[in-house]
Amino acid sequence: MRNYEIIFIVRPDVSDDDVQKLITQMEGVVASAGGKVEKVEKMGRRRLAYRVEKQREGFYVLFFVTGTGDTVKEFERRLKVTDAVIKHLTICTDEILQRAAKFKTLRTKQEAKRRRSKPAPASAPPPAPAENAQA
Amino acid sequence: MPVSREGAPSGDRPPRREGGGGRKQYFRRRKVCKFCTEKIDMIDYKDVRLVGEFIAERGKILPRRLTGTCSTHQRALSEAIKRARNIALLPFAAGA
Repeated sequence: MRNYEIIFIVRPDVSDDDVQKLITQMEGVVASAGGKVEKVEKMGRRRLAYRVEKQREGFYVLFFVTGTGDTVKEFERRLKVTDAVIKHLTICTDEILQRAAKFKTLRTKQEAKRRRSKPAPASAPPPAPAENAQA
Repeated sequence: MPVSREGAPSGDRPPRREGGGGRKQYFRRRKVCKFCTEKIDMIDYKDVRLVGEFIAERGKILPRRLTGTCSTHQRALSEAIKRARNIALLPFAAGA
């Protein structure tokens, strides 16, 4: 089981009720394909950076899904056959999250180290001017 | 003698390049990686405001030498920009 993030754009002329209907329908697809919907986020109506199927606006919907490749395959197939969806993108977030977690632990470790070693550099500079004075 | 150098205000600015062929040297602020300083672990392609800072007017990805991003983050950033482009959050080519 892996974590996926699926984002898709719904045509702007689709009503909010229909978007909601589509979302519940897609949740059903995930469940029947052996996956689990972690979170659904409606990012709302946004201006597209470029025209997609002659549309300049779109309604962004974001799905966080846990499942297998087959789950995603079925999900994407459904998105493709749904006329209201003009664009979609799936990302496997496992590696990204892993890397973020690694960075986080690294940073906390480093900060702890710095805090421990902070007294040392503070005491280090005084000897240097003394050397200069001797020279 | 190294003594005099130690006495000078230790700058965190890089040393000026010499022998630039008479080109005018001007002071440049040292650029640091935004993601390192602000401690952003994950560059999210959905965060258009953040990622959008690193594209040029025409939609190109800004090079590291202009933004000061470190190589690790530049790699993650370019990935994020390309994803954002794919889902129409950022343009492939703007203002054409």
